[in-house]
Amino acid sequence: MTVAAKDLTKDYKYGFNDGDEFVFRATKGLTRETVIDISRRKNEPPWMLEFRLKALDHFRQRAMPSWGADLSGIDFDDIYYYVRPADEQGRTWEDVPEGIKRTFDRLGIPEAERKFLGGVSAQYESEVVYHSIRKDLEKLGVLFSDCDTGLRDHPEIFRKYFGTVIPANDNKFAALNSAVWSGGSFVYVPKGVRVEVPLQAYFRINTESMGQFERTLIIAEEGSFVHYIEGCTAPTYSRDSLHSAVVEIIAMPGATVRYTTIQNWSNNVYNLVTKRAIAKERASVFWIDGNLGSKVTMKYPSIYLMGEGAHGEVLSVAFAGDGQHQDAGAKIIHVAPNTTSNIVSKSVSKGTGRTSYRGHMKVYPKAHNVRSSVRCDALLLDESSRSDTYPYMDIEAEDVQIGHEASVSKVGDEQLFYLQARGISEAEATAMIVNGFIEPFVKELPMEYALELNRLIALQMEGSVG
Amino acid sequence: MSEAGVSTLEIRDLRVAVEGKEILSGVDLTVPKGEVHALMGPNGAGKTSLGYAVMGHPKYQVTGGDIIWAGQSVLGKPPEERSRLGLFLSLQYPTAIPGVTTTNFLRAALKGQGKELPAREFLKLIRSEVAALKMDQSFMSRYINDNFSGGEKKRMEIVQMAILKPEMAILDETDSGLDVDALRTVADGVNRVRGDGMGILIITHYQRILDYITPDRVHVMAAGRIIASGGSEVVAQIEESGYDPMLRQAGIEAEAAASAAV
Repeated sequence: MTVAAKDLTKDYKYGFNDGDEFVFRATKGLTRETVIDISRRKNEPPWMLEFRLKALDHFRQRAMPSWGADLSGIDFDDIYYYVRPADEQGRTWEDVPEGIKRTFDRLGIPEAERKFLGGVSAQYESEVVYHSIRKDLEKLGVLFSDCDTGLRDHPEIFRKYFGTVIPANDNKFAALNSAVWSGGSFVYVPKGVRVEVPLQAYFRINTESMGQFERTLIIAEEGSFVHYIEGCTAPTYSRDSLHSAVVEIIAMPGATVRYTTIQNWSNNVYNLVTKRAIAKERASVFWIDGNLGSKVTMKYPSIYLMGEGAHGEVLSVAFAGDGQHQDAGAKIIHVAPNTTSNIVSKSVSKGTGRTSYRGHMKVYPKAHNVRSSVRCDALLLDESSRSDTYPYMDIEAEDVQIGHEASVSKVGDEQLFYLQARGISEAEATAMIVNGFIEPFVKELPMEYALELNRLIALQMEGSVG
Repeated sequence: MSEAGVSTLEIRDLRVAVEGKEILSGVDLTVPKGEVHALMGPNGAGKTSLGYAVMGHPKYQVTGGDIIWAGQSVLGKPPEERSRLGLFLSLQYPTAIPGVTTTNFLRAALKGQGKELPAREFLKLIRSEVAALKMDQSFMSRYINDNFSGGEKKRMEIVQMAILKPEMAILDETDSGLDVDALRTVADGVNRVRGDGMGILIITHYQRILDYITPDRVHVMAAGRIIASGGSEVVAQIEESGYDPMLRQAGIEAEAAASAAV
């Protein structure tokens, strides 16, 4: 049951590239001048340039993380840190340059918008090239734009929260993002407003050796609700690209934020992302995190339960095919009493794929009556597949209820035989077992994404039986 | 080809090994379509192994002899092909597939056999079969066999048999773990499909289920082979004096009878 790497590449249907499309591209490599140039081109206020330059210093001082996946293949001098694809951001689809439009058409983006979304953002290389939000949401005061626009048009809200959840010196890659960030999403939901339809951002890398550093800031005011969805793809190249995002969420008292990611990068992308949320009193934050693609992913969505009665959930699924390493997990920090959390992690390794679950659960001494459950299940499809679990718990309060369950299973001969004995082919039976395994994740997705995810997994599984 | 025609399951001098150890040592058995045969014998006689070997479980390596269904050898065919040819095995311990609902499981099975039905007809069919086995409709949306009780799993096997409509079914200890009511329900289910002219091989080591389903022929297995065959009177003999007299007659020590246990 093995499949050649080239077969997987062939199956990656988003691996096409449409030729270089840009109006400006910084020279490769990261210098102080690059950072100054990015800030100048964006007409940023002096505080942001200062923030970027400090972050650059942090980035240079910090060693590469040595505890996670193998990052030795990253050559920071062989990356484009800023590529501007178009002069203007489109408000209608017609405004988007032809080549880029064709790419997004092939990815089905405007189609998705017509169907069920409240707002759409599409980022190509370093900048958001298309943006729209439903008029009724705009009237309610909902802000949804790229982060650069947020900084320019809503400086008072932006500056109050930017970099407060993930400081520039948090880790090496957060520092890198803070130095060269561009694009991403800025979402602001006013008090009591419920955005019942999802807002979606789509991230596309097109250039070889591209570095994409989007920055997302979501602020949900008291009692509000928002569901934000992001999807990511890139062409398949022989040289590696780097995606290093920072996502900050602030859920004010009683607010609920759902953040759904379906990451489907091509197998030459290093995906090193810092995502963190703060939940105030009675607020709820849900990270629903699907990692299918990339060469290496390191991502541990975190929730700081700062206010009494806050709730956090991380539900993740990782699929590692040949040569891929998905090092993913979750962090939950219980700071306040009566806070609850739930982590469910499902990982599937196929061929020489490797998945790791890395979890951190902390309960502060004053966080009384905390309840938390952690469940991580790994499924191995082949003899050469690998899975590791690194759960870390640091409990300083006494009256806590914490459950932890972990399992590693192989696609069982008995399960396969049972399905086959009913007339189902081995390939179909394996796909059914895998889809069944990740079903708790899939049922949390909107229907359209659930179907897409099942289809992507079927593609990954194709030709795997031989 | 046997005289009974093409729709016959013929097991000829079948030898089967698991991890190099011989479990079946030359089994001869013929079950024509339209007949119900019982396969009895002490624990470890090799009855379950025979079912697995017929259905093509990869762990059960055929080292000699042949399995012929409807005139052609099924050796070397994967289980799904044997299923598509009309063979069915009800497992003693049916496997749970978490995340796969009963409905989706059955839909995939019918599709795999090229017997897909229009959605409404399909749902109507499972509803009625689930009801016929006195199971709650909620089982349709539950994950197949996941957290089912032993009896629920057995009933679900019969539901599957009724929906997939095989031509030849092997029921492995479908009676074990069932209370009297459940046993009657399952037997009713079997008798219902029996009327359609199916061939059935009931594997059991008690006569209990045979009180409700009268077999045309009874075979007794021990130490990996058939040691006696006869009509339903064999069941009464076993009921009266156990397996020992038959074992002695076949020259098998009681301990050796179960030597094939895996």
